[in-house]
Amino acid sequence: MLDIIVTNLPALQVVVPLVAAPVCAMLGRGDRSWAFATLVSFLTFAISVSLFVAAYGGEPISYEMGGWAPPIGIEYRIDVLNAFVLMIVSGIAALVMPYARRSVASEIPAERQAFFYTAFLLCLTGLLGVTITGDAFNVFVFLEISSLSTYALVASGAWRNKRALTAAYNYLIMGTVGATFFVIGIGMLYMITGTLNMADLAVRIAEHGDSRTLRMGFVFIFIGIGLKLAMFPLHLWLPNAYSFAPSAVTSFIAATATKVAVYVLLRFMFTVFGFDYAFQASTLENVLLPVAIVAMFAASLVAIFQDDLKRMLAYSSIAQIGYMLLGLAFLTHTGLVATIVHLFNHAVTKGALFMVAGCFVLSAGTSSISSLRGVGRDMPWTTAAFVAGGLSLIGLPLTVGFISKWYLVQASLELGWWPVALLIMGSSLLAVIYVWRVVEAAYLQPAPEGVIRREAPLSMLVPAWILVGLSIWFGIDASLTTTAASRAADTLIGSSQILWQE
Amino acid sequence: MKHHSILRVVSKLLIPPIILYALYVQWHGDYGPGGGFQAGVVFAVAFILYALVYGVDEMMRILPPRLLHALAGIGVLIYAGTGVVTMLLGENFLGYNVLAHDPKHGQEWGIIVVELGVGITVASVMMSIFIAFACHNPPIKDEEW
Repeated sequence: MLDIIVTNLPALQVVVPLVAAPVCAMLGRGDRSWAFATLVSFLTFAISVSLFVAAYGGEPISYEMGGWAPPIGIEYRIDVLNAFVLMIVSGIAALVMPYARRSVASEIPAERQAFFYTAFLLCLTGLLGVTITGDAFNVFVFLEISSLSTYALVASGAWRNKRALTAAYNYLIMGTVGATFFVIGIGMLYMITGTLNMADLAVRIAEHGDSRTLRMGFVFIFIGIGLKLAMFPLHLWLPNAYSFAPSAVTSFIAATATKVAVYVLLRFMFTVFGFDYAFQASTLENVLLPVAIVAMFAASLVAIFQDDLKRMLAYSSIAQIGYMLLGLAFLTHTGLVATIVHLFNHAVTKGALFMVAGCFVLSAGTSSISSLRGVGRDMPWTTAAFVAGGLSLIGLPLTVGFISKWYLVQASLELGWWPVALLIMGSSLLAVIYVWRVVEAAYLQPAPEGVIRREAPLSMLVPAWILVGLSIWFGIDASLTTTAASRAADTLIGSSQILWQE
Repeated sequence: MKHHSILRVVSKLLIPPIILYALYVQWHGDYGPGGGFQAGVVFAVAFILYALVYGVDEMMRILPPRLLHALAGIGVLIYAGTGVVTMLLGENFLGYNVLAHDPKHGQEWGIIVVELGVGITVASVMMSIFIAFACHNPPIKDEEW
């Protein structure tokens, strides 16, 4: 039995939450479905940890779906990079689920909770599937599974605020456009190469050489994923979706969905398109680099002027995605390490911050910053978690945010792009401003009269503090994350055919 | 719709062949054009036609939304369960070869069971969506935005 489980671990990673989703819907109302979904999220985390341990050693793990050998059949292919992302996604899910019980109970009617957890598990299935698969079309299918369930999850914020419905609809339109672009791009690649397996695509594209169809495919995939990951001018769906979704959903998707999209971008840029160094590099340098820098500043500036805490954090997420894209645009080993390590660092930081925002929503009934005056005295633990997470967002030493920025600055200095290094530090100052606004309101301003705010329940505080603890732990000793990121960058570079700047 | 005798008679004549055709598409999906998706949609159309002519309430007497939601889940479970069974029998996920005494029959049986799951899910989801739209709540008031 154990033997069967071990050989089928890659399939189980996706199948366990997939099978659990309909079962969860049938369990009926309330705590039963929650307990079941939580158990499943722990199980998937355990699976992804064992996959990471297996992949960390070196050789990628390959699993053939239905016994059909790749490139004909669908292949699940796990190397250090996607094992790392799998662990982020399932780890965040395993922390959000215990947190979700109280938060969801207050935001969603009891008879709908079973469906809520079903959609949550489906979203988890989709995100894990996107990450684990080695088949380009399979990426699209799982991307749609995760996106469709995310639309439903965002819309379920409508019991708190009806505007969640328009936010979800907006996200649906933008997300569908993104998915369509993505699948058109894959269609073009299929037209040229006749294959959908990523490793096979890479080889055949290299043999085929450059062509206009290939470039069009590249651009379609780039824009399609850009929409999914809220790349700066394509980010308009994100602020509303994040601020009106139920708190547990926001902390889950903010920490995972965009990270998975960044992973897909990395995979396609470097593993699949190894075809034309000049075109790829010029796109990254002339399009992605400016876009990333504008995102860092514009989104941070907008964040400063937001009154709603969740909305402010959403804009800050767009800025943080700018950092990830910046690391990618450097096209060096250090830059890639920065991007990959920031996937983890931002997931931990933003997950914690959105959990804190959810605690405020539960206790104070709102996440508006002006109504959080004096909350530092009423909810000391929650507010302290916000401060710790905020410091990591700014990038203070001894937090994970510092590690990411350190690698980013190092990568830009390696290339001699010192203005970029200055810009990275400059944008951190903007983060200081918007984090400080909340800290000032929470600690320095008097509480409004007659408002009673209780400290958030332990089931919500503990997951938030675990994430804060992780963000400090890996800020002090980053050897595990950076070694994993460095190995992942090595695999990406090793699998790509382009010439690398040394 | 009481006075529309033609519609009532024609739809009563049409519904049995539609269901029969759906079952044909379903069970011949393994070696002809067709399969669970198409069959599920055709099957659902029979019930949706009935609901259009005789009213949604009449349809919900046989197929209440709760049952449809459960069926949608059961279809997925049939599909994924086949995969789990093949894993337990020592193959990869959805590796049908081990389902019968020889690989050819295994593949045939596997695809039939999996397509049955697809058909059940597609049909019940189609009908659920129809019911959701047909019995939707009054639109949101202006002041709620």
